[in-house]
Amino acid sequence: MSRLQVVSGKGGTGKTTVAAALALALATEGKRTLLVEVEGRQGIAQLFETEALPYEERKIAVAPGGGEVYALAIDPELALLDYLQMFYKLGGAGRALKKLGAIDFATTIAPGLRDVLLTGKACEAVRRKSKSGRFVYDYVVMDAPPTGRITRFLNVNDEVAGLAKIGPIHNQAQAVMRVLKSKETAVHLVTLLEEMPVQETADGIAELRAAQLPVGRIVVNMVRPEVLDGTDLELVRTTPRSAVAKALSSAGLGGARRGGNAEKLVDPLVQQAEEYAERYALEHEQRSVLGELGLPLHELPLLTEGMDLAGLYELATELRKQGMS
Amino acid sequence: MSPDADRHNRTPHNPHPDRHHRLTPAPVLDLDPLIDDPKTRIVVCCGSGGVGKTTTAAALGLRAAERGRKVVVLTIDPARRLAQSMGIDSLDNVPRRVKGLDDSASGELHAMMLDMKRTFDEIVEAHADAERAATILANPFYQSLSAGFAGTQEYMAMEKLGQLRAREEWDLIVVDTPPSRSALDFLDAPKRLGSFLDGRLIRMLTAPAKLGGRAGMKFLNVGMSMMTGTLGKLLGGQLLKDVQTFVAAMDTTFGGFRTRADATYKLLQAPGTAFLVVAAPERDALREAAYFVERLAAERMPLAGLVLNRVHGSGAERLSAERALAAAENLETAEGPESPETAENPGAVENLEEPRIVDQEGGKAGLRNSSDTYGSSESPASEAPAPDEGSPAHSENPSSKRTEKERSAHPADRSVDQLTAGLLKLHADRMQLLSREQRTRDRFTALHPEVAVAEVAALPGDVHDLAGLRDIGNRLAAGQPELPETAVD
Repeated sequence: MSRLQVVSGKGGTGKTTVAAALALALATEGKRTLLVEVEGRQGIAQLFETEALPYEERKIAVAPGGGEVYALAIDPELALLDYLQMFYKLGGAGRALKKLGAIDFATTIAPGLRDVLLTGKACEAVRRKSKSGRFVYDYVVMDAPPTGRITRFLNVNDEVAGLAKIGPIHNQAQAVMRVLKSKETAVHLVTLLEEMPVQETADGIAELRAAQLPVGRIVVNMVRPEVLDGTDLELVRTTPRSAVAKALSSAGLGGARRGGNAEKLVDPLVQQAEEYAERYALEHEQRSVLGELGLPLHELPLLTEGMDLAGLYELATELRKQGMS
Repeated sequence: MSPDADRHNRTPHNPHPDRHHRLTPAPVLDLDPLIDDPKTRIVVCCGSGGVGKTTTAAALGLRAAERGRKVVVLTIDPARRLAQSMGIDSLDNVPRRVKGLDDSASGELHAMMLDMKRTFDEIVEAHADAERAATILANPFYQSLSAGFAGTQEYMAMEKLGQLRAREEWDLIVVDTPPSRSALDFLDAPKRLGSFLDGRLIRMLTAPAKLGGRAGMKFLNVGMSMMTGTLGKLLGGQLLKDVQTFVAAMDTTFGGFRTRADATYKLLQAPGTAFLVVAAPERDALREAAYFVERLAAERMPLAGLVLNRVHGSGAERLSAERALAAAENLETAEGPESPETAENPGAVENLEEPRIVDQEGGKAGLRNSSDTYGSSESPASEAPAPDEGSPAHSENPSSKRTEKERSAHPADRSVDQLTAGLLKLHADRMQLLSREQRTRDRFTALHPEVAVAEVAALPGDVHDLAGLRDIGNRLAAGQPELPETAVD
């Protein structure tokens, strides 16, 4: 099992949720995981129903069996100052740089520097060891940028290593790349059973592979339960509406005659079934497209009551059951 | 039935007036007047990723064009199928005429995809002499900067918008915004890039190069040379030199990136601009939308309203999830209708008399053709909430018990029962989804009651062609909330 688990996915597919559930799942049985946020959205804090995360590793959840989940929201500006202090003892110069707008420049505009800092910090956490020589975190799970940007984000160090041909940034960039391209890393993609996210997943996998980044698994999120199967949907087409009206009536929903309450329900219910059928066919198609990508596939259910902490634990259990952790 | 009459009729027939009203009814966002108004020159669609921003921009553009305006849609990173649906699958940074429109109103639709590197190159080529332009374009730092690192895409999108607007060639420009890391980037990046390129850091970095490279260093004060020393140590001498060369070349040719950024910013604040915040009825998307609304207000950017995509409705919304599930259970366990719920609460059946279903049909008639069952002759306004004459709900139990006996003898009926139970469960799922969406929306509305909302009914499938975009456009302009006004609990 790779120690750096990167979770990406198209916007709106719930990659933060999946990353958090994965961190919980991996922490089960006494392990310690670090859940890293790189986009400054504070999505993790909202998911775990805690206050906004500072730039500091902080325990946010206890997993079943005594494991722990820590979380860190990486602030590029603080990461840079941190880095300057750590490697060059440049705390004072850092302040001067800030005054000049150099930090702002470095973290928002300078080519890739921001992404270098973000991936660098995550890799540092992966490699960090305690005094006894053990890894501080068994796993690091990164809530990464969306599929459209993930390859560039992870590959930025290659580019920077080319740009800064010598010097500490060059060396740091190469060190990060060694972790990211090794078996120590797995990049998972979260998708929905819809055309656009599936297409983007396929494209994302091709890009990751072309950049020799290790592709992990596909997680299909928010899968709706199968209420009616193919046979039922065929029945919907062949069953007379009056028969359905009778059945509704017998279930206590009013009269089955024309204009009766049960009868009035038939059309809308059948219409919903037709919409469902259309979705059902589409989902089948997308599932087979995903199947052809040749990666392990996991499915997480749609939580009808919306996402909350209990739901997160439910998804974590589901991921464990499916052997993702 | 007209939508107005529909809304009018809902309230008097509401059996639970205390439960059936929204805390803060949001004003309805009417998009047709906005896109028809010749004074509207720019519509900016913003919102978090995955909410259908690009689709909304394309659908609005198509609608405006078919209503007679000359429109260009600027998309940033469209899904392939969507781009193909408008016939723009080449990334060439030039507006292309979209074919297959209904041009009876003599409008036009053009569409383009932003190529940010190309846009940046064009700025360089337009503002520098050939030799200097070549130097800049070949600079490694420039190549990385222009290829899409943080902020460039946002800046170039706004730059392109400025260019399109300056050409005075289109009546209306509809812009999609980049899928930013955060809402801030789109508004901040241009200013940031501008202020960086005009700022003190640049002056300092360019100073040695202007003064003739290393020889010039001795004229700088100690603090500055320490600074460049630090940067050199950090970035590596080569990169610093690349940056310096780049900045020197830019500095003398551009003369005011900030001025350009400021101009774009003012353009966004101008009266001809309208912002649409796009969201889906999900917690995260609406939280981001609320944030956008606050940011736009703080920046004095003109917000037209919120487009809420993928909203679910139901033609049978008066049947609650709980009752549907209870009825489904009845059918599945074949116990007949004497469930505790019906027995204890016979009045519940009468609640079904609310004639909203007929109203719903009016709104959905275009989607299917089975609405003839409920003719317009059935006037909801005159229908009293009385039990069905033909089959009074209370006297139904004995007859359905007979049905039950017959049912066990007929496998076909049995399967109809199973199927109907399935339909009811499907309905229960829909109602749960619907009430979740409504709670999410109400939270937003409570925070921002002033924001007009256009709700767009969810499509079961994806959009592939102009017909699909047109359908979205119709739903966008329907101007009527698709969600029920009732709380389902």
